[in-house]
Amino acid sequence: MLTAALTIVDGYLIFVVAPTDQVLGHIQRIFYIHVPISILSFLGFLVCAVAGIGYLIRRGEMWDRVAHASAEVGVVFVTLALITGVIWARPVWGVWWTWEPRLTTTLILWLIYVAYLMIRHYAPTPQQGRAWSAVVGIIGFVDVPIVYYSVQWWRSIHPVQVIGPEAADDALEPIMARILVFSLIAVLALFTYLLLERVALRGAEDAVSAIRRQGNYE
Amino acid sequence: MRLLSATLAIAWKDVRLEVRSRDTVVSALIFGLIVVVVFNFGLNRSPGSLAPVAPGLLWVAYGFVGVLAMNRAFARELEQGALDGLLAAPVSRDAVFLGKMFGTLSFMLVIEAVLLPVFAVMLDLPTLSPVLGLIILLATIGFATVGTFFAAIAAQTRSREILLPVLFFPVIVPVIIAAVEATDLVLQGGPMLAVWTRWLPLLVVFDALFLVICPWIFGYVFEG
Amino acid sequence: MSHASAGSSAISAVGLRKDYGDRSVLRGVDVAVAWGQIAVLFGANGAGKTTLLRILAGLSRPDAGESHIAGLRMRRSGGRARTLVGFVGHQTLLYSDLTCRENLAFYAKLYGVDHPQARIESVLEQVALVDRADRRVRTLSHGMQKRLSVARAILHEPAVLLLDEPESGLDTDSVASLGDLLRDWTSSGKTALLTTHSLEIGQAWADSVLTLDRGRLAVETPFGCSADAAPAKSNPSPVHG
Repeated sequence: MLTAALTIVDGYLIFVVAPTDQVLGHIQRIFYIHVPISILSFLGFLVCAVAGIGYLIRRGEMWDRVAHASAEVGVVFVTLALITGVIWARPVWGVWWTWEPRLTTTLILWLIYVAYLMIRHYAPTPQQGRAWSAVVGIIGFVDVPIVYYSVQWWRSIHPVQVIGPEAADDALEPIMARILVFSLIAVLALFTYLLLERVALRGAEDAVSAIRRQGNYE
Repeated sequence: MRLLSATLAIAWKDVRLEVRSRDTVVSALIFGLIVVVVFNFGLNRSPGSLAPVAPGLLWVAYGFVGVLAMNRAFARELEQGALDGLLAAPVSRDAVFLGKMFGTLSFMLVIEAVLLPVFAVMLDLPTLSPVLGLIILLATIGFATVGTFFAAIAAQTRSREILLPVLFFPVIVPVIIAAVEATDLVLQGGPMLAVWTRWLPLLVVFDALFLVICPWIFGYVFEG
Repeated sequence: MSHASAGSSAISAVGLRKDYGDRSVLRGVDVAVAWGQIAVLFGANGAGKTTLLRILAGLSRPDAGESHIAGLRMRRSGGRARTLVGFVGHQTLLYSDLTCRENLAFYAKLYGVDHPQARIESVLEQVALVDRADRRVRTLSHGMQKRLSVARAILHEPAVLLLDEPESGLDTDSVASLGDLLRDWTSSGKTALLTTHSLEIGQAWADSVLTLDRGRLAVETPFGCSADAAPAKSNPSPVHG
């Protein structure tokens, strides 16, 4: 409920209250969604790695549910971040795709976590699926900062036109900044809501599995 | 002490198996050549040298060849269930990891060393230097560490051929970037500062990080 | 559950559970096998025999429960408990492109066997493979490979031998000599636990019988001295396997 209300208010703020950007026009509004989504997708992968470590140490299935759910929500958010990024890039930079460091890192992040979600289905047993996911989540998370730095250094050698959202940061009007913060809170609420729903759903699935197991022997 | 002797026993066993059957090294060499020939048709539109894209080509070829070698290295353990033999033995999982990793590393270095002069001729590479050797060594350690880890996972599934590259390549991106950039600078004979201050340290950090993490979590890969 | 009782048996396990998704393979299995015995584990296909053996060998982690070898907890003592176990699986656990001697030498190194040369010769003799010792495993018949896999498992003189359907692929003579080997083995106070579908082998070899039925241990019968007294009791299960 709270999430729905926040999201609606956020939409109102973004499309009605926020001033139209003088240079970029309406397209700039995508920025209020793009930035929070990108930030929170990273949060998703942090949660995933921490819950993965928790699973390997404590072995509770709850840890695994949280890890899996946060990776799923993270992948959805990264996908949206890439799509909004592409929509942003076309009118602003004149190309659909550019190998700009942040975009490139995000794409690689997406690839790593899609592999994370795949691995579970390839595992011969559910126990292996959980353990494999946890280790891939840990490796992926360690890898992301290295990917980011290497991509940035790589690009600093072959400079391209980089007009990232950070260029707008200095020029951000106070009202814009406030709406951005509100957006972040709204998206965080959405993130939490999706995460909890997914965890609950997986819990229910596991409960059904347990009942089936029982049923096989009655 | 036990760790070291078990690691060496496993690596030496892999080397001996490879010397006997030669199936990995030979097919990997041929595959490496094919990669260059095919890329030649894709990239070389005007008759002339491939030199400008040579570093990229070299490392793409090494990456593909590495995936092939690593898949083979673990497939061998599963043929007659020998992996169970390793895991039931009183050796730590670190030793199993390091043994497989050193085995793979040694084939890959051999394959790369044989391919390098061939590539130098085909791609018209200007110079070969000792720094290039260092780059190849560091990058290959990174490949072998991450690759052995993922090969252990992929080998236990029915679709290891597709799963290994899908897991391996995104994670290895920093190594590819660093190796390509450093190779490019070395071959151009340009300023070497970036090689020493940026790309080689990046490779060292990557190798060190994954050489710690991978053995540490390797045991969890085998929980049936 | 107490350590005292765990210490007294060669193999002991308490409350082993293993689920695979919607299926329970083991649903709380307690096992105790005394020293100096050959224990035979019967059960239909899919009853969980292999899973149980793999857990006891430390190759699989139970979802719940603990297993002990000679009183050592498999999961905690790790290395020490592993040294005490020899495992013969469905597959040979050998490298096809190494010779018999090389395979054994490799495993001797992993187990830290003292005087490996002498020990390798001795086990090769036990499984009658001395004349093939320098042939690659790939070139041996299935039965010989199976014998070599037994040699591999007893190489480090484990206290407990676990065998998963060891008779499969062996001819009558080889089965008989495997029986002799196991009896020799246990007469020195060591223990063997094997799974089998063959009632004959169960009757001929077993000091005690365990029957796994749908993830639970159903019957536990000591055969005793007379080989034909007990089978009536354990008949129902092995027959449909």
